Amino acid sequence: MARGAPVASAVRLFDTGVVVVPAELRQVADRARPVTLARERTLPVVEPLRPLLPDGALARGSAVAVAGAGATTLALTLAAGPSLAGAWVVVVGLAELGLAAAAEAGVDLRRLALVDAPEPGRWATVVAALVGGVDVIVVDGRALLTPSEGRRLASRVRERGSVLVALSPGSLPAVRRPGAWPADVTLSVAAGRWEGLGAGHGHLRRRRVRVEAEGRGRASRPRRADLWLPAVPSPASPSTGSNVAALTTTFDPAQEEGSTVVPLRRAGRAAR
Amino acid sequence: MRTLVVACHDWPVLAAGAPPDEPAAVIRANRVVATSPAARRDGVDAGQRRREAQGRCPGLVVLDADPARDARAFEAVAGALERFTPRIELSRPGLAAFPTRGPSRYFGGDEALAAKVAAAVEEVVAGLGWPGAAGVGVADGAFTARQAALSGEARVVVPGGSAAHLAPLPVAVLDRPELADVLVRLGLRSLGAFAALDPADVVARFGADGQLAHRLARGLDERPPATAPPPRHLEVAGELDPPAERVDVAAFMAKGLADELHARLDADGLACTRVCVLAETEHGERIERVWRHEGALSAGALADRVRWQLDGWLNGPAAVRPTSGVTRLVLTPDEVVAATGRQLGFWGGETAADERATRALARVQGLLGVDAVSVPEVRGGRGPGERVARVPAAAVDLGAERAPAPGAEAPWPGRVPVPTPALVPLDPPAVEVLAADGALLGVSGRGYLIGEPAKVSFGGGSPAEVVAWAGPWPVEERWWDPEGRRRRARMQLQLVDGRALLVHVEGGRWAVEGFYD
Repeated sequence: MARGAPVASAVRLFDTGVVVVPAELRQVADRARPVTLARERTLPVVEPLRPLLPDGALARGSAVAVAGAGATTLALTLAAGPSLAGAWVVVVGLAELGLAAAAEAGVDLRRLALVDAPEPGRWATVVAALVGGVDVIVVDGRALLTPSEGRRLASRVRERGSVLVALSPGSLPAVRRPGAWPADVTLSVAAGRWEGLGAGHGHLRRRRVRVEAEGRGRASRPRRADLWLPAVPSPASPSTGSNVAALTTTFDPAQEEGSTVVPLRRAGRAAR
Repeated sequence: MRTLVVACHDWPVLAAGAPPDEPAAVIRANRVVATSPAARRDGVDAGQRRREAQGRCPGLVVLDADPARDARAFEAVAGALERFTPRIELSRPGLAAFPTRGPSRYFGGDEALAAKVAAAVEEVVAGLGWPGAAGVGVADGAFTARQAALSGEARVVVPGGSAAHLAPLPVAVLDRPELADVLVRLGLRSLGAFAALDPADVVARFGADGQLAHRLARGLDERPPATAPPPRHLEVAGELDPPAERVDVAAFMAKGLADELHARLDADGLACTRVCVLAETEHGERIERVWRHEGALSAGALADRVRWQLDGWLNGPAAVRPTSGVTRLVLTPDEVVAATGRQLGFWGGETAADERATRALARVQGLLGVDAVSVPEVRGGRGPGERVARVPAAAVDLGAERAPAPGAEAPWPGRVPVPTPALVPLDPPAVEVLAADGALLGVSGRGYLIGEPAKVSFGGGSPAEVVAWAGPWPVEERWWDPEGRRRRARMQLQLVDGRALLVHVEGGRWAVEGFYD
């Protein structure tokens, strides 16, 4: 009672007719509290890529750089997880990107859009317009971006929760001054070994690559994984329609998943 | 409802300024949407691809589609019709209608009215160099009147005679290609045969859209006329201060109003099939048009129509142009129906993510131009670059289920095996594939290799050794077509540095068709 008296007088002093009920106050506090931790705001990735990323998923608001021979397939595989979960993927530049390969990697073509490469000075503006509206943005890592533009873009990505993937394809000619694209995680592909192709027979099936991941913050511990690229066996494109299979023997990669080299009869000269 | 329809089938070509005796086609997203009579005589028809149309008519003048231009030009026809009645309904540029009950009585019957309207419209289109391009039809419903008008002259279908007038027409005039296809395969080639079916059977087999088509075929209105006027509170209005002299300023406001109208309609579970757009200037001039749409007008489509209307008015000829800027815009839904909603795909269709992405891509289109954004379309083909094509995003409904092009599911014997190269250069770079003796590798006319690939040299640089290879896989495509024919042989090469390439030889020259990156 001794403590109640001043409170009562204070209420009287500020009496405006509305008394805030503690239960409601608690509700408001619950609603205002940032309950979503950064690590909970993630986009899923396909199973084989999980060991490469902190928490086994793509953190929203992060930037990833992908480089090396096989980087294109890796970047498409990276985008496949969010795409299958309903996210939109937009590719800026990279007119050479094989769209059929994107579909085979698992990217849903219904939620894929392609933006022509902007003029050299306008990359930051165009990408910034997409950040927030699109979940995964794949850009040409070779495009020129000044360090200050890169920093501004990184903070915008962090704030709006998109994922920016800067892809530098290994098979295309490198540029002298690559852009300063932000990267929280850098995935570099090394040591690829193809299987399926022989001296005049078979056809390329998949390759074993070693991917090394390093980065900043939660991704600073270097990670490494050996994986198959393409990582997902494509359900949409049966290889039985291919001429090689038609020429030699029916061959279904899904059935022969475990085997390494599939002996096929020699096509071409030996067919005589 | 007794309706008069003015229809001009070739309006987009006419509005683009092409003369009728010159073969011309208006193309949108690589498909022909309208043709001039001269082009039709050469076999060019709506729905064809640009290449196909140009193949049939080499002298074809290709024009880009521009609905705003069409609408601007159609304003002259709308102005001519306004002399007969203040209530004109526009469906799209080239198609206008009005109920004839009042005007018919005033002008002395349907025939007299149709003749007068035809003369007035003819004066406009003949002035544009297209005499006889527009037809006028009067019938019990808008659909029958449109079919009567498309015959190209003034025709009056007697009251109650709609079904008889429509009966001999082919089912294709329903403008529902999929339905027409099924009907023809069922042996129902004419609207009369389709109309003779029991409505209950039609609903059971073809659903709500089939029922609508069936009503049209029987000469009835699309839906029973609404008896109650729409509630007044749905009207939205906006003031422009300062007055808008330019179309885009007013159109920006129209977009906001259209969104608001949609939010209100949504809240009531309604969709709008006819909307009245009123614009007023500072000096009290006003333009009022009724826009109709067979389906329901979406917010974007509504904003487009407001823009067309204002464009025709503010940028029209001096006689109709207002003397001051637009100060007020009012959108009044004129006919509303219960929103049956769009059937979403089983796996979710439109989601919040789709809407956000659509907005973001629209921003990019604003920055880089409409054509800078494209979306993939599965087309089918043998080469890695042919199986999925890029089509302009402006031509498709983003986020909606898109039907694959015909042929996408075809087996395509001889296509490049999976996996497909992840990088497909637009312009395949030349490369030299060398045999062990340093000579250029050859493929014989029968598709056999002459020698074995040993080295690959890019642009005269130091050669890289080939460690594994397969092929050649000869492909001869479109051999019947002297221009489009291609005869190639493809090979897969794996280089010593781990790279893998898809190369092809065509006419003795090797090029990299794809990198397995």
